[in-house]
Amino acid sequence: MTSARETVLGRVRDALALAPTPATAVPRAYRTGWALPDPERLALFTDRLLDYRAEVHPCTADRTAKVVAEVLRDHGARRIGVPAGLDPRWLDAYDGEVCQDAADIPAPRLDSLDAVVTASAAGCAETGTIFLDGSPDQGRRALSLVPDLHLCVVDLSSVEAGVPEAVARLVPERPTTLISGPSATSDIELERVEGVHGPRTLVVVIRTDR
Amino acid sequence: MSTFLGMPARPPRSPYGTGNLRGDEPFPRAAHQELGNGQLRRNLHKATTTIRAKRLNVTGELPDWEALRDAGSAIKTDAMNRLPELLEQLELKVTEHGGTVHWARDAAEANEIVARLVRATGSSEVIKVKSMATQEIGLNEHLESAGITPYETDLAELIVQLAHDKPSHILVPAIHRNRDEIRQIFLDRIPGVDPELDNVPAHLAAAARAYLRQKFMTTKVAVSGANFGIAETGTLSVVESEGNGRMCLTLPDTLITVMGIEKVLPRYQDLEVFLQLLPRSSTGERMNPYTSLWTGVTPGDGPQDFHLVLLDNGRTAALADAIGRAALNCIRCSACLNVCPVYERTGGHAYASTYPGPIGAVLTPQLAGMHAADDDPNSSLPYASSLCGACFDACPVKIDIPSLLVELRHQHTEQAGTTPEKLAMKAAAAVMKRPALYTGAQKAAGLGRVVAGRDGTISRLPPPFNGWSDSRDTAAPPRRTFRAWFASDEGRATLRAAADEHDRGQGESDQGPGEPDRNQGEDGTR
Amino acid sequence: MRIGLFATCLGDTLFPDAVRSTAVLLTRLGHEVVFPPEQTCCGQMHINTGYQREPVPLVRNFAEQFGDASIDAVVMPSGSCAGSVRHQHAIVADRYGDAALRAGVAVVAAKTYELSELLVDVLGVTGVGAYFPHRVTYHPTCHSLRMLRVGDRPLRLLRAVDAIDLVELPGADSCCGFGGTFALKNAETSTAMLHDKLDSIATTGAEVCTAGDSSCLMHIGGGLSRIRSGTRTLHLARILAATRATPDVLTEAASV
Repeated sequence: MTSARETVLGRVRDALALAPTPATAVPRAYRTGWALPDPERLALFTDRLLDYRAEVHPCTADRTAKVVAEVLRDHGARRIGVPAGLDPRWLDAYDGEVCQDAADIPAPRLDSLDAVVTASAAGCAETGTIFLDGSPDQGRRALSLVPDLHLCVVDLSSVEAGVPEAVARLVPERPTTLISGPSATSDIELERVEGVHGPRTLVVVIRTDR
Repeated sequence: MSTFLGMPARPPRSPYGTGNLRGDEPFPRAAHQELGNGQLRRNLHKATTTIRAKRLNVTGELPDWEALRDAGSAIKTDAMNRLPELLEQLELKVTEHGGTVHWARDAAEANEIVARLVRATGSSEVIKVKSMATQEIGLNEHLESAGITPYETDLAELIVQLAHDKPSHILVPAIHRNRDEIRQIFLDRIPGVDPELDNVPAHLAAAARAYLRQKFMTTKVAVSGANFGIAETGTLSVVESEGNGRMCLTLPDTLITVMGIEKVLPRYQDLEVFLQLLPRSSTGERMNPYTSLWTGVTPGDGPQDFHLVLLDNGRTAALADAIGRAALNCIRCSACLNVCPVYERTGGHAYASTYPGPIGAVLTPQLAGMHAADDDPNSSLPYASSLCGACFDACPVKIDIPSLLVELRHQHTEQAGTTPEKLAMKAAAAVMKRPALYTGAQKAAGLGRVVAGRDGTISRLPPPFNGWSDSRDTAAPPRRTFRAWFASDEGRATLRAAADEHDRGQGESDQGPGEPDRNQGEDGTR
Repeated sequence: MRIGLFATCLGDTLFPDAVRSTAVLLTRLGHEVVFPPEQTCCGQMHINTGYQREPVPLVRNFAEQFGDASIDAVVMPSGSCAGSVRHQHAIVADRYGDAALRAGVAVVAAKTYELSELLVDVLGVTGVGAYFPHRVTYHPTCHSLRMLRVGDRPLRLLRAVDAIDLVELPGADSCCGFGGTFALKNAETSTAMLHDKLDSIATTGAEVCTAGDSSCLMHIGGGLSRIRSGTRTLHLARILAATRATPDVLTEAASV
């Protein structure tokens, strides 16, 4: 008996034999290699994030700990989760409880956290997108998903102008999450509503000199 | 099934009577019900108008939108041309990264694979990410019959599931419902919902969040579809908004992804094109809130048991048609639905398939066939269009849907045998190819004047023209055809006068409005 | 320029005034209009209804009638027929024709134009000396808009008409719901689309709704007549052919 695999692949080959078409060249005349100076990239990235109703805090790297602490205090986040590889200095000014994540902590327990603080792998200014790739300073995917507030620290130098430039920074084998604003839905009369299952609040701290 | 021995065989359609690719009645009859529903018409008009404006804003702001469409179209066409090698490469890469790949010839086989995998986990429930492929194969119904409870977690799918309804849109399956109806569905069907729940969309979304939160935290198995599968790396992708996708793809122990074989893309780099085309075309956003990309299994992060089910179910039958195969390029953005004047009036249920709207009208008949039964409802789908072409303009991968519709109409008439319509078309062509007969027929048409009322209009016509005359008057045919006028003394005199007017205009220095432009044009053409 | 006029079967038989206006207009602009007398139908209705074998003789006849090299351009007062000649005849010829037909179709398709295209692109005119002192709204028919891409050419021609009061049609690019046999096979959906179009036309307060296709105007005009609307339909060619010396007399009934 022929396996489903052989059958399906055989059908695909038969189909192409029945209706052969010439090889297709892919024209890539779309914009690539787009570069913008820092101030413009910051402005564009900020504009897009605000459009999604994310909260944006540009700052210099030396003020990271201060801004992180202020944001967490303003949102009443008393208990936060962090990935194991997060730069501990970012939390120097935070006086709440910090829980370091580990793979063996059941995901439902993350639900009790007020917030999560992560770094990021890359960004895209034009679409206001942050890329997480599971590196030690970003943690496993559940960590940045379950808590209701996600504070993400992004270095401006990692923010590319356009999508092709940002995608080029990714490592395919890593579990990657693209985040563009807080969780949202347009399912009711195609009106966008922020806040469904993912974090209802997204705060982006952009370090302008890093 | 050995292709290297002998002639290639024509691949089969999705087996008759399986899945959700065929309704019970032809489009015009199904549309009749929907057209009578004023609430539906208002809901659809509001929603499609909103989304059209958003889409035009975000596609218009990109300087390279057309170049992206060209690239997207070519990437998909290239992928279809190289499908065997790409599928094998995808399988290899997924397997290398700890996933398991299954192949399914049709809906029944895919359903059984998923049910078997779920049973193997010991779980009696699954959480689901919105997926067209699993809707197409009727997975939920199959799982329920196997004692497994599927929970839809996308807000719109949840609304549809709670209401025991059917999806009516690719992206927004509950587009036919307004906020008041959704509020009522939640009040009736969600256990323990706040009885004071109002119709504010944010509050409705919050109610769904509260209802599903526990399911996300406790369910051990998830089922998803996939927007893209990258052959080069084995990476799969789900594009979503609410975070229910991330929940399903991340929290359970086991993830089962059902993907149509046409969803494969050659290169990881190709995402740079589709991550621009898809969100802007579908929700009219620069980027959807969340896109998940995963490759097999990642130790310590997400499901440790990953299965990919590759589904044919008629796709290879479509692939075997050099013209029709373009429908496989579809990335399910639903832009064509949102701009379609027919969809806007009838909604998605009239198409009676998982795939409604213009793309459904060309995809469904190819996946499931048009001639599986007498008066197969699917044979009415290619005619459910005025061929206005708005879908082609909106399609991010440039599928020429109007041409595909015309092609499928041709395939239908070719297979339908001798019908009264075909005889009429033959007769009309026979008359029209012979000018003498044609002129005679024109004279006969002129007799239509005798049935016209005193005001020169005809207000009632016999079948099959009664649908026309129900809402339109028809002017009585004129006394004289154009060709008769052209050959008449009056025609000759009129044209001579017009030529004289031109000559006079040439001679005059004093020119009236519009004249300079006119003369300039003539100079340019002489 | 020597211009071959294709009347279209609908125009020839049911709406000759639009074709007559086309002939008069082009003659007034100093061109020679020829009417190959053996012409009949382009076969669009057959092709769009799913029949491609049956119209082969029609496609052949069209190519023969207008293939003559002495004809510089072929014009028709119909976007959808021009679209069929330019895009669909090759499909029919490739599938069911011979090499001669394929060659003939290609030659004719390359010199075929809808009226506004011919005027603006080939003859280089927008002001044609027309005079039309009425309030007019323009409906861009789908095939002229999206198959031929005539763009704003008809509007540029209308804007140059003396004394015209041109008002924008809301939702202009929405299909009127005609679609050939679609209006019969899906009569109710077609009617729903028509009624929305009639509502849009009503908001303009126009005396005349114009377009480049008699077929769509037959549908819209039939609807306007049925609801006893004060707006009537008139083919673009009739407005462009009207002058101070020979004004178009608006008839009582809706007319194309």
